[in-house]
Amino acid sequence: MNFTNFGRYILLLKAAFRKPEKWSIYLKAIFQQMNFIGLGSLGLISIISTFIGAVMTLQIAFQLVSDFIPKSIIGSVNRDSTILELSPTISAIVLAGKIGSAISSEIGTMRVTEQIDALEIMGINAPGYLILPKILAGITMVPVLVIFSMVLSITGGYIGGTLSGAVTAAEYIQGITTDFNPYTITVALVKAFVFGLIITSVPAYEGFYVKGGALEVAQASTRAVVISCISILACDYIVTQLLL
Amino acid sequence: MIEIKDIHKSFGDNEVLKGISGKFEPGVTNLIIGGSGSGKTTLLKCMIGLHHPEQGSVLYDGREFTQLNTEERIEIRKEIGMLFQGSALFDSMTVEENIMFPLNMFTDQTRNEKLDRVNFCLERVNLEGRNKLFPAELSGGMKKRVGIARAIAMNPKYLFCDEPNSGLDPKTSIVIDELIKEITEEYNTTTIVVTHDMNSVMGIGDHILFLHEGKKFWEGSNKEIAKTDVPELNDFVFASRFMKAAKDKL
Repeated sequence: MNFTNFGRYILLLKAAFRKPEKWSIYLKAIFQQMNFIGLGSLGLISIISTFIGAVMTLQIAFQLVSDFIPKSIIGSVNRDSTILELSPTISAIVLAGKIGSAISSEIGTMRVTEQIDALEIMGINAPGYLILPKILAGITMVPVLVIFSMVLSITGGYIGGTLSGAVTAAEYIQGITTDFNPYTITVALVKAFVFGLIITSVPAYEGFYVKGGALEVAQASTRAVVISCISILACDYIVTQLLL
Repeated sequence: MIEIKDIHKSFGDNEVLKGISGKFEPGVTNLIIGGSGSGKTTLLKCMIGLHHPEQGSVLYDGREFTQLNTEERIEIRKEIGMLFQGSALFDSMTVEENIMFPLNMFTDQTRNEKLDRVNFCLERVNLEGRNKLFPAELSGGMKKRVGIARAIAMNPKYLFCDEPNSGLDPKTSIVIDELIKEITEEYNTTTIVVTHDMNSVMGIGDHILFLHEGKKFWEGSNKEIAKTDVPELNDFVFASRFMKAAKDKL
């Protein structure tokens, strides 16, 4: 995004947060989006988180070969890596692909088929009606999905570790319960909130200003996912730097 | 009444509208005609605020649209109905939901009152009982008629139609044209139709504005158009073999 695009993005967000014409209609749209973003992504997030947790346990066990390090460390490292980095970031990148492309192509198609013009002619604030429910659903449901991902990833680590014999159940549980710092959850939720905003607003921007036809909608969709992923990684660094 | 004064609009170095003025009275079907690239759709979009003209003014019953702030524009837009070239129906909504949408947004009517209005509008465009169909299940002509039904749902004072006949067979085109004319006369709306369809011009053109290369070249009615001696208009009107043959017979 160059500065012009960034300026237009901010102005679009400003327009999206204008007072809604009718809250009841917006609320219905928000719940629909929460269903799409939250429930619709639950399966994918579950599978990815469980396997990542399992693989993480095996890799940590592979690297910790010293007899001086207790095996319960595997659980601790897995827990902190999962909470602080893997669950928020990997979930966000996966969601950027799944939800971001859907949002961008939905709004982009509405743009090229004049449906957005139709909204504006009716006197409806198109950014508000189309984008605000998605953003509000994103910033509420992505943190929920991240919490879900954390639980499943740590559970996946337990299953993977015990099935492979890399760590015993008792050692793993001892690891994940020792020296737990609840602040890591706060950091993860702040990240999830920021990522939720990026995952919904960047694709909405790309779709909203698309010009042309089907090809341009597809290009906007690809661009939306790429920019979202880069923004997620950049914000991941910034939030980590600020909060830890 | 809608009045436009000295409208100028450019896209980069390309000056599309070069100072167009005109008056559009209520109760008559006003047509803006011209060849492809003449600027008629751009003029329409300037009038409804989808494009911002660099110069000139658009007055809705004396209210200067181009100078209004967002909230004031929204108030005027609630009085506007628009039929888009591709109908622009909301894909995710049924016919009923499409027509009910502006009523849901801007009125406090009960569901039954809104449903009555939807059924009235559908009846008006001869689509009774198609409430639960989705746009993907409709033919091109039906989509246009649903578009008209949605446009008249809020009893608009101003009705805009962008190429209402594009992609339609001649018979359906006539149905759509007559529907637009009937609605205009029945509700005394200020109707502006952008078209390059000569059947529409001859059928419903009470007041016609001819654009060529971004300028107004001629203004008159469908009764006067055949007698004009403006070469650009003659080239446009008698471009088709059918019209040429009709002229030769005369």
